[in-house]
Amino acid sequence: MAERTILAARDLDFYYGEVQALRHISINIPAARVTAFIGPSGCGKSTFLRTINRMNDLIPAARAAGSLTFRGQEIYAPDVDVTDLRRRVGMVFQKPNPFPMSVYDNVAYGPRTHGIRDRRRLDLIVEESLRAAAIWDEVKDRLKKSAMSLSGGQQQRLCIARALAVEPEVLLMDEATSALDTISAARIEDLTLELRERFTIVMVTHNMQQAARISDKTAFFLAGELIEFGNTERIFSMPRDKRTEDYITGRFG
Amino acid sequence: MRSRFDRELEQLHQELTRMGELCEEAISASVLALLEDDRAMAETARARERAIDQQERDIESLCMKLLLQQQPVARDLRTISSALKMIGDMERIGDQAADIAEITRHIGGAPLPGQVHIEEMTQAAAKMVTSSVASFVRGDLGMAQAVMAYDDVVDQLFCMVKEELTALIRRDASSAGEALDLLMIAKYLERIGDHAVNVAEWVAYSLTGSRYPGPPAADSAEP
Repeated sequence: MAERTILAARDLDFYYGEVQALRHISINIPAARVTAFIGPSGCGKSTFLRTINRMNDLIPAARAAGSLTFRGQEIYAPDVDVTDLRRRVGMVFQKPNPFPMSVYDNVAYGPRTHGIRDRRRLDLIVEESLRAAAIWDEVKDRLKKSAMSLSGGQQQRLCIARALAVEPEVLLMDEATSALDTISAARIEDLTLELRERFTIVMVTHNMQQAARISDKTAFFLAGELIEFGNTERIFSMPRDKRTEDYITGRFG
Repeated sequence: MRSRFDRELEQLHQELTRMGELCEEAISASVLALLEDDRAMAETARARERAIDQQERDIESLCMKLLLQQQPVARDLRTISSALKMIGDMERIGDQAADIAEITRHIGGAPLPGQVHIEEMTQAAAKMVTSSVASFVRGDLGMAQAVMAYDDVVDQLFCMVKEELTALIRRDASSAGEALDLLMIAKYLERIGDHAVNVAEWVAYSLTGSRYPGPPAADSAEP
């Protein structure tokens, strides 16, 4: 199946004040695929992930230069509606962060914010989102219970359901399984592979085996630069750049 | 960085070298058993074959341990998967040397017809085995490719031996039984050469990602 580019960076630079966190990033991220960002801490992979839904806007003196487009539209153009961008580009964080409210209200929060009030429609969205996040069977009898009573793995899947409820086109996952036990992590990994059919997924991970298992494309970052990008199978069997080889084989430094 | 893993990879190289040496010794012993009608050498060849089998199991365990504990990728993964494939070929080389030794038992003392090129074949096959393992340990692609090319020499020697044995039978029909045994031995040596080529191909894979490296192929599916 031919790949369609959904996110494209061209000579993207990013600064935190005087510090340049990204240098001349150029990459085409394909739609309906899982793309993994890997690299040592401080390499810029999380910064790049957070430029995609402008999560970095919250940091003072952060600024971008160059081009970053989502379906051809400049993400950093002055007239971009950031709230709408974040609806279309959802995010799941390392630490599960459910709101201190019921399971149902967590998932309904986004759609309500976007003006959906009809009870039956909300019920449908909540059920569909929880099903898509593979947690429906576990919570269908306690939708009114506090989300904080769920296990860590369940909370993370609830957060994914919450992200899916606003029908995003892209899902960003920032080390979304690193705080979970192996069974919960495996469920999220399986879920990622299922969601790939309908969403574009971009993930940051420190787990090389996870990147090799579930991503279609892998991008290796180092010191703010994109060193190598390609099909995951190729990157993990025949990396072209010695720095990529040294990093993934654990001989870096 | 990863000094323990690197030490274990070095150990893997040493064990493979040892297995290659055992193969060479098995081949030499089996052929000495033939050329000099030396029963003790036939026993040596069989003993080496058993040692080769044990070495295969030991290397297999080491590779499984490394796969489990180190979860290797890239070059490390290719090294370990190549080692797992190579030891299968080396084990077959040991079997074939033992098969040659087995035949010498019932040829029993008949002098080898002087014009038959068995000894040259033996040297050529043994050289291929040694070089193929050495090319892995040294990471020398050129050496591995030389082994692949050298297979033609062994194949030509096999054809020559076959013609020589056909001529022998024509001259003296009573030597047909012995000639067929010698043909079997030549065939085993030719197979040993083929296994050495397989080893060399796995060396090429471990170094380049392709068993038959040519000019680098365009990776059209990628940006």
